[in-house]
Amino acid sequence: MSFLNNVITGISLGSIYAIIALGYTMVYGIAKMLNFAHGDIIMVGAYMCFFAMGSFNLPPAAGVLLAVVVCTVLGIVIERLAYKPLRSAPSLAVLITAIGVSYLLQNGAQILWGAATKTFTPIVSTAPEARLVLVPGQLSISYVAILSIVCCIVVMIALTLFTGQTKMGKAMRACSEDKGAAQLMGIDVNTTISVTFAIGSALAAIAGVLMCSAYPVLSPTTGSLPGIRAFTAAVFGGIGSIPGALLGGILLGVIETFAKTISTELSDAVVFAVLIIVLLVRPAGLLGKYVPEKV
Amino acid sequence: MLKVNDINVYYGAIHAIKGISFEVNDGEVVTLIGANGAGKSTTLNTVCGLLRSRTGSIEFLDRNLASIPPHKVVELGMAHVPEGRRIFQQMTVEENLEMGAYTQARSTIAPNLERVYEQFPRLKERRRQVAGTLSGGEQQMLAMGRGLMSNPKLLMLDEPSMGLAPILVEQIFEIIKQLHKAGTTILLVEQNARMALSVADRGYVLETGKIVATGTGGELLRDEAVKKAYLGG
Repeated sequence: MSFLNNVITGISLGSIYAIIALGYTMVYGIAKMLNFAHGDIIMVGAYMCFFAMGSFNLPPAAGVLLAVVVCTVLGIVIERLAYKPLRSAPSLAVLITAIGVSYLLQNGAQILWGAATKTFTPIVSTAPEARLVLVPGQLSISYVAILSIVCCIVVMIALTLFTGQTKMGKAMRACSEDKGAAQLMGIDVNTTISVTFAIGSALAAIAGVLMCSAYPVLSPTTGSLPGIRAFTAAVFGGIGSIPGALLGGILLGVIETFAKTISTELSDAVVFAVLIIVLLVRPAGLLGKYVPEKV
Repeated sequence: MLKVNDINVYYGAIHAIKGISFEVNDGEVVTLIGANGAGKSTTLNTVCGLLRSRTGSIEFLDRNLASIPPHKVVELGMAHVPEGRRIFQQMTVEENLEMGAYTQARSTIAPNLERVYEQFPRLKERRRQVAGTLSGGEQQMLAMGRGLMSNPKLLMLDEPSMGLAPILVEQIFEIIKQLHKAGTTILLVEQNARMALSVADRGYVLETGKIVATGTGGELLRDEAVKKAYLGG
């Protein structure tokens, strides 16, 4: 039974990684850049929800909404100010800028909200009895875990429909393949990139609230490690691929949870060892697409 | 319809286009021919706004294109079928065509699809197929069909015959003739000078960024210098 419990914990943790990884992978797919500030958007989202619920006594739903709105705007603003001027710069310059934005957000949060760790108010109860019991005394699943998994499924379905059926979603796929040709179709590439950042950042806000509900500590560096792990998940599943982000996220969560049962200290080492092995065998990641080009 | 007046285009320090002027009138097929590196594609990319000229002007339907971004030019009625086709390989044939109609009202998509499928029955058979799996000739048809989806007043074709087997080249030029008959104005860039001149009303010969000869298709086909340089004697 402890095996099944670990699987459930792993899937719920992995669902949160998957939601973050989606942001990484979509932005990479379209802007061909690794947005290392993505993890810190999570942190900003969590703080917004924390203040909405703690300082203004708003209901959890309003807290989540505020987090999503603030992060969406923040994502668009960051893209416009920091990344857009570098559209034709070498990718290394963009990467360094993203790391810079990451530090800016962390230090900004420290100035505004202090470096001290805060205890996050979960949006659903995390009391020991707030669980769905499957096998009394042996197998149960917390409400937070259920919420994380449900959110992940809803997000996946919504994104699949969006990129497959809507005009904007298709334009995004067109831009991610060939920006020049997309322009020739009349697609405004800048707007499309902005929308991608908006979606990615909104997802990061949701992930931030879920993560801090499951592990209720909040500090300016809260987002950095989950950000790195989600980035790993995105690469694991095949960066640029939306189903890949889901698969990579879930697998990473499960592997991490099992690694922790062996040794907490070594869990990250195990996770990255698995990543290295996967990349040795499949350099494009598990679901990374390799489409042969015909000329 | 299109008036290009004294454009100069640079790639960094390289002076690629040296004061070119030409025009395309309503209903005409006009071709720009020339060797590799003569500046044919550069000219088309400048007309559609992907590249900018330092001097002169480009007027399309009496509007100056100088400050209009490339994605807005499509709305004015100019479609550019780029060199190397540049179709969206991972999208289906039908999705590619829908992208061609990106600037069009939703209601026009269905009739336009119908028209393009009529023109290219092969594409209809393969509409659910991922475009990257099409053959070279089919990809060129898709690229042209995608261009036609925006109901263009001017269709610009960049090397539509490139890399295709002779029988497919014939087919592509047959389609160009049909489009011409149906009244579409076409600006055609080609290395296959003989084919291009045989379908064109008028042609311009480009050499290292300059126009060195101009005339009707027939005149250029008979021109001794053009024959020698581009038609194999």
